[in-house]
Amino acid sequence: MAAVKTSRGAVPHFILPLSVLALLTLATLALAITTGSVSISNTELWQVLSGGGEPLHRTLVFELRLPRALSAFGAGGLLAVAGALMQVLLRNPLADPYILGLSGGAAVGALTSMLLGLSAAAVSGSAFIGAMVSAVTVFGLAHGTGSWTPTRLLLTGVVIASGWGAAITFMLAVSPSDQLPGMLYWLMGDLAYARSPWPALIVLGLISIIMLPLGRSLNVLARGQMQAAALGVSVRALEWTIYIAASLLTAFAVVTAGSIGFVGLIVPHMLRLVLGNDQRLILPAAALAGGALLTLADTLARTLIAPEQLPAGVITALIGVPTFLYLLHRSR
Amino acid sequence: MLAAKNLIIDIPERSSGTPLSFEIKPGETWGVLGPNGAGKTTLLHTLAGLRKPRSGSVELAGKNIQQLRRKQVAQQLAVVFQNNGEGFPATVLETAMIGRHPFISPWDIESAEDLAIARGALQKLELADLEHRLISTLSGGERQRLAIATALSQTPKLWLADEPTNHLDLKHQVQIMELLAEQATANCGIVLCLHDLNLAAQWCDKILLLYPNGDACWGDADTMLATPALEKLYNQPLRSIVSDGQHYFIPLSSRNSGL
Repeated sequence: MAAVKTSRGAVPHFILPLSVLALLTLATLALAITTGSVSISNTELWQVLSGGGEPLHRTLVFELRLPRALSAFGAGGLLAVAGALMQVLLRNPLADPYILGLSGGAAVGALTSMLLGLSAAAVSGSAFIGAMVSAVTVFGLAHGTGSWTPTRLLLTGVVIASGWGAAITFMLAVSPSDQLPGMLYWLMGDLAYARSPWPALIVLGLISIIMLPLGRSLNVLARGQMQAAALGVSVRALEWTIYIAASLLTAFAVVTAGSIGFVGLIVPHMLRLVLGNDQRLILPAAALAGGALLTLADTLARTLIAPEQLPAGVITALIGVPTFLYLLHRSR
Repeated sequence: MLAAKNLIIDIPERSSGTPLSFEIKPGETWGVLGPNGAGKTTLLHTLAGLRKPRSGSVELAGKNIQQLRRKQVAQQLAVVFQNNGEGFPATVLETAMIGRHPFISPWDIESAEDLAIARGALQKLELADLEHRLISTLSGGERQRLAIATALSQTPKLWLADEPTNHLDLKHQVQIMELLAEQATANCGIVLCLHDLNLAAQWCDKILLLYPNGDACWGDADTMLATPALEKLYNQPLRSIVSDGQHYFIPLSSRNSGL
């Protein structure tokens, strides 16, 4: 039986997968907190969390590992929800949060700040501005004469994204070599510079709550604009809402962790294959699964070749590319 | 119930032609006939409020449909589209359930009653056994019946159906037309875009002929379905046969004109 079973049908069907994902999230967070140069045993972790434990462990957990793990969770959740929304907006299961050029705009903003030698806060700020400039440009151009279709939005986004790509290559080419590693790490997605996890977590929570009552309308929109309008959905307003929400989610994710690839593409896609296409389930599931995946990837990134750190984006791509190719192959 | 007032549909680069003024009353079945590209689908979408007219208006229960909220419109009027392929993978039951969307508030979820209505619609269209199948695995005819089941679970007062017998075998064509006739008996208004003159002759009370240049005429089926008018409409010679008091139209070609 699909999404509906009993009189209050959908809810029981949602509880099991969401509980499993919530447990998975807690497990990856625990792993992230206990693993590293100094490992913390479960008993020690319990002592620390209940207010005791050694001062070193307390510092490690509360000042270093927990904020970083929560940032990874927030960014991963933001990207996966943004990806799920973009896929509904474009009626294309292969869309991702970056497909409309948001990450390119953010990267140009961030790299410009780095070139000018500005502070980390300014880098985040200009990445956000870059993402928003890109979002507004793409939407404005695709909207153009008033008639916009997913195809037109997609084409505009892809062209703008490749424009940003050229700008990024140019900036890398003219940058002084001592700046390059930082820039490359930012481009690949890296949580080493993540500061407070709260902006990401708050935005993730807020937008998830806003999207909750829209879930069924999203399901209808996934059937196409005309069908949705015929079934009473205010298509234009809903598409604007999705676009703005997805843009904000992506911008906050990129500001937190750089442009991490594949989370926004494969997480919603995998969830759809396993859980079906009910957006009321897919959106919260994507928040949890995306968060858990990036938390895990970041833990691997900083432990695999310790003391060296890899950018988390490398790990998500390493996991993502083969998984995605497999799914694509299987879906034929 | 649904009225066109001096309506001119908006087809790019076409002259405005005849302004349409008619009313679809409860219990009436209207057939829209015309050659390819005459604007049948555009007219249907305009009547559903999904497209803006070039001028004039469409009124649903006395109110301009463009000014009504989509949800209010969807609670009264269902549209069966010609192409039902687009969109994400979904099961047959999930698809029938979206017909209930206009009746469920955003914070609520589908009730047992909604489920019963959707299941009843699938039953009626002989799709009950397929309820867990993905739409992508259905045949063209099954998809067409599913589109009608979805509209049926929308419990509309008005049906706007674009070639509802598309892809259907003869038995299912009759079944669909009987279902629509049943809806008309239950005081629904029905508008059908049709290519099959014989279905139009058999099932429609009112006929609207739409010419490629934008001209149109409409009236009772008996008077509208005259061979010369239809030959002009399709630019195709026809022969009319009467059998058991019912008119049948056969297109003539060089192969059968000698009959």
